[in-house]
Amino acid sequence: MVERVRVTGPPRHTAAGRGAGRLGDVHQQTPIGDVYLRSLLREQLGLAARVIGLVVLTLGALPLVFHLWPELAARELAGLPVAWVVLGAGVYPLLLLLGWRYVRRVERNERYFADLVGSAGESVGLAEADDVTGTGSGVDPGDPA
Amino acid sequence: MPGLVAVVLVTLVTLAIGTWGLRVSRTTSDFFVASRSVRPGLNASAIGGEYLSAASFLGIAGLLLVGGADMLWYPVGWTAGYLMLLVLVAAPLRRSGAYTLPDFAEARLGSRTVRAACSLLVVGIGWLYLIPQFEGAGITLHAAIGAPEWAGPLVVGAVVLANVTSGGMRSITFVQAFQYWLKLTALLVPAAVLVAVWWGDGRPGSRLADADWSVPVAEGGGLGLYATYSLIIGLFLGTMGLPHVVVRFYTNPDGRAARRTTVVVLALLGVFYLLPPVYAGLGRVYGAGLVDDGSDVLVLELPRLMLNGTGGDVLTGLVTAGAFAAFLSTSSGLAIAVSGVLTQDLTSRWVAERNGVGAFRLAAVVAVVVPVVAALMIRNVGVAESVGLAFAVAASTFCPLLVLGIWWRRLTDVGALAGLAAGGLGAGGAAILTLAGYAPGGWLGAALALPAAWSVPLAGAVMVVVSLATASREPVHARRFLVRLHTPESLAR
Repeated sequence: MVERVRVTGPPRHTAAGRGAGRLGDVHQQTPIGDVYLRSLLREQLGLAARVIGLVVLTLGALPLVFHLWPELAARELAGLPVAWVVLGAGVYPLLLLLGWRYVRRVERNERYFADLVGSAGESVGLAEADDVTGTGSGVDPGDPA
Repeated sequence: MPGLVAVVLVTLVTLAIGTWGLRVSRTTSDFFVASRSVRPGLNASAIGGEYLSAASFLGIAGLLLVGGADMLWYPVGWTAGYLMLLVLVAAPLRRSGAYTLPDFAEARLGSRTVRAACSLLVVGIGWLYLIPQFEGAGITLHAAIGAPEWAGPLVVGAVVLANVTSGGMRSITFVQAFQYWLKLTALLVPAAVLVAVWWGDGRPGSRLADADWSVPVAEGGGLGLYATYSLIIGLFLGTMGLPHVVVRFYTNPDGRAARRTTVVVLALLGVFYLLPPVYAGLGRVYGAGLVDDGSDVLVLELPRLMLNGTGGDVLTGLVTAGAFAAFLSTSSGLAIAVSGVLTQDLTSRWVAERNGVGAFRLAAVVAVVVPVVAALMIRNVGVAESVGLAFAVAASTFCPLLVLGIWWRRLTDVGALAGLAAGGLGAGGAAILTLAGYAPGGWLGAALALPAAWSVPLAGAVMVVVSLATASREPVHARRFLVRLHTPESLAR
């Protein structure tokens, strides 16, 4: 059995946020913190947009393709009509692959962000030294991202 | 007879797991979100079990048999919806720390009015989704044991209520995980046997190559193209706005686990959705009579059509068990989500403050009884089509709210409210007209039956434009909230 922790709901009638944590710059809205957050947001959103774009270009194009070239419906792949093979089976490995690759990339972005916030906080000296080393742990120094 | 045995067995096992869960359910947090300790593998099975409803188990195969390849977009969209959810909302939603969609909206926008609007939508979408589940239960019990059609909604409603009120989310997690594997087995084993039978018969199947049956676009030229794309938009974007799916993401330990759970869900759904086309293909060879007979019974009838004697009976029992599990798990999840919202916004005001669990039980009764009564009164809406309407409403309301709320700092309460109203009234109104039987032909009919292609962009555009017009109302904590949503847990703690 997994260890269980009692959790309470979020504060519902106060301004959200958990107070300035170890994120120093980012929480306190210093210019440099703003730059970090914007770059992380842009990076993650760009990644999401690329995945969605790929889905639109592959899956999303299918109805149009079959609308423009209806004779494709009679084509066969492995003894079955091509639409049944592609939409009935081929789609699912594609979706899984896209999801799996997305998770790898997005976690790499987060490690990079953690690394950046940790080391920059050290040099600017805004966050306490203990905190910074604490946050930096677990980051693979050899990670090229 | 095998159908009766199957139904009784599934009900007993479901209640047993639910009762076992009761012993470890203690606090309100246990009831709502399983104390946030559910591992990705278990949680993904639970999401799969919860998500694969009567529409997936019965509806798809029948739709494929009657409609052909353009209906393949239903299972594809139901799976791809999780990819959209993964890349746009999964981890930030978990990190928001809210229990439900209304919680998220209030925390993000600091507005009680937006919260109330979201609560209303959760209840509306939940009930819109529950009605076809209960209707499907009626069809199944009728086909399996010859029970009158009113019996199904009552039986499933009673079991769901017993389960939800006794154990809440934690026991439901085990129930749901069990039911994914039950549903997969119940569809996979008969499919394998029936394919073997078909092979032994010398592989009759020339009609499968019928070109009309293999076009993945709806008929009618431009109108068909609109219908197909509208269906795709609604299904792809609707998943992230379904209340019973979203509440599951709060049971993940952290944002990273939320993402990993979603990837496992993609795999589990992909495996499951390979099977309905097999039933449709075999149905086309062996069950020509079923095309006119009402397509939702295809999965239940096919084993008896292809096999005589004990073999057919056993397989019929198995698919009946799976179908029954499908109603139980999806309706339980929806009942939990709807009662969670009702508890927070309604019944906790009536029941004494310290008795949170009592308030939850009262809310569960309301959440289940209303759609059961509705299912008894409304008749004959195709299971998959009416679930599609629930998706369209979710895609037109919660999808823009979540995506803009998570990625766009300048969303305001007034903007969110205006967008929810535009999407909710647009898609919701179209859904109600369709369910009421209003079906004009041509473009108006297509726009009402499949509203997502116009209602989703409308809701998003209204949210953005009104937010920009009311820029002074941007919540003061919006920036800090976004930081929290996008910061990895390793830093935030």
